[in-house]
Formats: sequence, C-alpha cells, structure tokens
Amino acid sequence: MTATLYDVPGPRARATNRILAIVGTLLIVGILGFVVLRFAESGLFTYEQWDWITYELIQISLLNALLATLRAFAVGAVLALLFGAVFAAARLSDHAWVRAPAAAIVEFFRAVPLLILIFIAFYGLRIDLFWSVVIGLTLYNGSVLAEVFRAGVNAVPKGQSEAAYALGMRKTQVMVTVLLPQALRSMLPTVISQLVVLLKDTALGFIIGYQELLFQARQIGSQIQLDAPIIPVAIVIAAIYIGLCLVLSALANYAERRSRRRVASPAESEKRALDEVTRTGG
Amino acid sequence: MDVLVDNLDLYLSAFGQTILLFLVAAVGSLVLGTVLAALRVSPVPILRSFGSAYVTVFRNTPLTLVLFFFAFAYPRLELVDLSFFARASVGLILYTAAFVCEVVRSGINTVPVGQAEASRALGFGFGQTLTQVVLPQAVRSVVPPLTSVQIALLKNTTIASGFSVFQAGGIYAVLSEQGDNVFIGLLWVSLGFLILVAPLTLLQRRLENRWSVAR
Repeated sequence: MTATLYDVPGPRARATNRILAIVGTLLIVGILGFVVLRFAESGLFTYEQWDWITYELIQISLLNALLATLRAFAVGAVLALLFGAVFAAARLSDHAWVRAPAAAIVEFFRAVPLLILIFIAFYGLRIDLFWSVVIGLTLYNGSVLAEVFRAGVNAVPKGQSEAAYALGMRKTQVMVTVLLPQALRSMLPTVISQLVVLLKDTALGFIIGYQELLFQARQIGSQIQLDAPIIPVAIVIAAIYIGLCLVLSALANYAERRSRRRVASPAESEKRALDEVTRTGG
Repeated sequence: MDVLVDNLDLYLSAFGQTILLFLVAAVGSLVLGTVLAALRVSPVPILRSFGSAYVTVFRNTPLTLVLFFFAFAYPRLELVDLSFFARASVGLILYTAAFVCEVVRSGINTVPVGQAEASRALGFGFGQTLTQVVLPQAVRSVVPPLTSVQIALLKNTTIASGFSVFQAGGIYAVLSEQGDNVFIGLLWVSLGFLILVAPLTLLQRRLENRWSVAR
C-alpha cells in the first residue's frame, strides 16, 4: 500500500524526514496559532462569548434544533431508501417501458442540485418547510441509492442467478432469495455513507428557513445581548455535526469489516492464504 | 417559455457566475486536494496525521456550515476583507479538497507496488517517485470518481445563494420579486444544470478512453 512509496529510512532520509517534520509542524502550528490568535483578538476566549451555553433556554432550543435535524434525517432516510429500492427494481426490470422512465427520473434527480429541488418544492409548489426539505432529500438521495442498489445487484456474479434459474426459481424468487441477500451485504457500507451525506444535507434546510441546527446557530449568534457569539456557536454546531457523522461512519466501517469477514468464499480465502504465504516468503 | 425569454439576461449572468465559481473552486480544490493526498502518503508521520485530521473534519461537516462560517463568522476575525464571492470560493475549495484528497489517495493505492519499487531502485526519492511515477498513473485511474466530485462541486455552488453570492441558485429570488412563475423558472434552472453536467460527463468519458491504462 502507501508504505511502499518510500523505503525504510536510512540515516540521511531520517535526517531529512526530521527536518521536514519540524518544518511541517512549525508551518501547521504557525497557521493554527495565527487563527487562534485572531480568534483570541476577536474575543473568542472571553467569558461573555461562551456565556450563552449556560442558559437553559438556549440549551433547550439547541436540543430542539438537533431534534429537528434528526427528524428530517430520519424521515428523509427512510423515504430515500424506499425510493431507491423501488426505482432500482424498476431499472432492473425486464420491461423497457418500466426501465426507461425510471432511468430518466433517476438521472434527472441526480443531475439537479439538491438545493434547487428543495427550492422547487418550497417556492415553486409551496409545500411546507419540513416536507420541502424531506422531499428534496428523498428525491436526490433516493436516486443515488437506486444506482447503488442497482450496481450492487449487478455486481453479484452471473452464475448465481443462472444457477437459481436452473433450479426453476421465478424472477422474483431469484431476486429476493438469491441476489438481494448477497448484494445487500456488499453495498451496506456505501449505503451508510450515502446516509452520512443525507445527514449533512439536512443543513440545507437553513437556507429556506427550516429551524434546524444552523438556523438556531444563526439566531443565537446574532443576539446582541449575548455578545453575538457567532464563532463559538459555529464551533459547537460543527462539533455536533462531526460527532453525528463520525458515529454513522463508524457504523459503516463496522458493517464493512463484518461483511468482509462473512462474504469470503472458499476460493477467496484460499487466495488470501496464498497471498499470505507469498508475502511472508518474499 | 416566457419566464426564460423575458429573463434571458438574468439566466445568462447567473449561470455565468455559477460557471466562474465552479472553475475557481475546481482548480483550487484539485490543487489543494492533491497536495493533501501527498501529505497523507508522505514518510513524515506528523504531516500524515495532519492530512487525515483535515479530511475527517471537512468530510464530516456540512458544506452549508463551512459557507456559514465564512459568510458570518469570518468577518469577525478581521483578516483580509474578502467579497462574498471570494469567501464562498474559499469555503468550496476547502470542502471539496477533502473529497479530492480521498479520491487521489485511493488512486495512489491502485498503482502497483512494483512501480514505486522500480523507481526507488532507479534512485528516485519520495518526491520524484510520487510526482513522476505514481501520481501520473494514479490520476488516470481516478478520472471517473474525480469527475463525480467535480460534478458534485458544480451542484454545490448553488448553496452559495444562501450566503449573498449571486448565481444560478439565486434566480428564484429575482423571479419571485418580479412576480414571475417561480416553479417554471426553477425548472429552467434545473435544465441549465442538466446542460452543464452533460459536457463534464462527456469529458470524463473522453479522458477515460484516452488515458485508461492497460493493466
């Protein structure tokens, strides 16, 4: 992997690396230090700027905002998965009159910016705030998921479906009992990382005024009596988002490890064992 | 059709701004992302961990929040006074670079080990190995995902309309002020994006065909 880009360092390389490490550290510390210094000068580290966190009312409103974000995420995720499943099935259909419109719809929603979809729902069709956000998230992420599902099913070796047909299974049986169980396992990590995207995209609701985390951040950050703590609020909100996304990504990594453990067929594990031997031998 | 014909100037200038924002951010993110990828595979541990920390932070933050920070919090720092356009570009570059970095890094991993070993055997250092042997091959294998990242960037430029940057995402506001049909207007905007995405997809196919490496 990446480690092969350079040799085990000798004395000269070690010296160069040490110099590079020092210069790099100085550079990074310098940039970060400069930013922190500017933060300090803008009064970030004063009590007045962080005072707002101790107010119960603000804590509750932040919590409500977090719930609003999570609600949009949860509803959007469920609907997007459904949308994806339906349209993937349609795109895999044997009938061209089902396949073609499904393909057109999926490609359209994938190419149009999500924000424009939300605008169309909210300003164009005058749907209410929450559902505008959810519908936008569903259409865009559902289309991406439809492609993920389709690719996952197509990636199952052809012999699997051929064998199933040879056993006399019907189309639906082949899909449900043979292809999907195998495909779902291999595409689970991709699906979860798309859900991370969906979670991040809930922040777009801010632009049309859906009262989620960012909206609340703007509200708190512009209150003069709280010393307008926009930078501290932005930092706290960023930490919340990063935390949420990391939890979801950890889930994706876990799923990937699990699927890799289970999916190894006899042939693959044999190959892996062979790799192991040649690696230790070479 | 009326909405488009009556406001042709508006549409053209708005999409012009979108394209400008996209080009600036695309070039910036490709450069920064490649540098970050180089940091992530470098022999110096501290640079590696800086690279991965950067990617973790920016990949898990919503772009809206990044732009939010540059629009509302950045002026408080009283650094260089930048226009909304410049600040949106910086936000887009910083955010997209994290994704470019991951794509380039995965491309570096696809280059066979023998290539780097052979160049080391010829006496190349890390910098030479990376820039003259590994990266040129890596870039070829990542054309499709790199184009996807750039298409995502093109669509993400609309988010800048939430932060006082005039571009295609902001057309609806002008239309609704004039009392035009916003729904139809937004459908034309969608069509505009379909038209902009198409050449990028074509470019991807051409580059893929021309550059694909036989392995």
